[in-house]
Amino acid sequence: MTANHISSLHIRSVPVLDQDEALDFYTTHLGFEVRDDIDMGFMRWLTVGVPGQDTSILLELVGGPQHDEATATQVRELVTKGALGGIFLISTNVHATYAALRDAGVEITQEPVTQPYGTDFGIRDPFGNQIRINQFNTASADEIQDAYQETSS
Amino acid sequence: MGLSAQEDTNRRMLRARDEMDRRYAEPLDVPTLAAIAHLSPSQFGRVFRSVYGETPHRYLQRRRVERAMTLLRQTDRSITDVAWDVGFASLGTFSRTFSTVVGCSPTQFRAQHPPVAVPSCFLATWTRPRDFSASAAVPRDSAFGEARGGRRRIASSS
Repeated sequence: MTANHISSLHIRSVPVLDQDEALDFYTTHLGFEVRDDIDMGFMRWLTVGVPGQDTSILLELVGGPQHDEATATQVRELVTKGALGGIFLISTNVHATYAALRDAGVEITQEPVTQPYGTDFGIRDPFGNQIRINQFNTASADEIQDAYQETSS
Repeated sequence: MGLSAQEDTNRRMLRARDEMDRRYAEPLDVPTLAAIAHLSPSQFGRVFRSVYGETPHRYLQRRRVERAMTLLRQTDRSITDVAWDVGFASLGTFSRTFSTVVGCSPTQFRAQHPPVAVPSCFLATWTRPRDFSASAAVPRDSAFGEARGGRRRIASSS
């Protein structure tokens, strides 16, 4: 633990344009579990996460009162352009994950590629958010660096 | 999901852009990309530019040059092979385009940039040349459809 006492990453917000559709995508296709689904009237607090892991994702609807209408429009446009951030997930069988998502019709942005650190591929959620899914190999950080060095020498 | 007309346009343009990211080494053409975006070929370039601020051709060139930068940094493939790997059919066009975009020759770039160990998708995003500001005279003979098919795809194509 650092001197400021922060101990973990708890929740990360992901902008979505439809919470029902987001919930379906993240639970059905990615296997996330629902952590909270609370309709508070002024907002729906909807968090999901990978079973067995503490960190959650807040599927946050764009357009709350924190944004004026013009800003909300801009954020929605950025999401659909693919201009906002992304999520990095780990799979224990990246090729099986890829095949299942591909067969389910999920938008694939890149097929599995072997990297010095493992094998990864890319998808998008229904709104344009980028998601990378990786399976690490057993190489250490030094071995990964060596692999980069060897290919360039 | 109730998208506005602009959001729906953005989403379709993103699919076309993702296709360029994925198939940069292949002889892509405008009709193929326009079909992905559900637009006519004549509409596609104009709408893509309105969404992303550059023409599809220029985006594809930046993608190809970015991949070339990575291959030069992280492999020992020849300059000619790199040119082919990223979708250029002419070494001369590749070298001119690379020098225009990056500001130095592929050989000079390789000598100055050792490999780095970060996730390749981030490397691709953050090392992609931002624009063609090094020169307004971008070679125009590396257009859609010029890349040859049938070449062996390399493993580290992120």
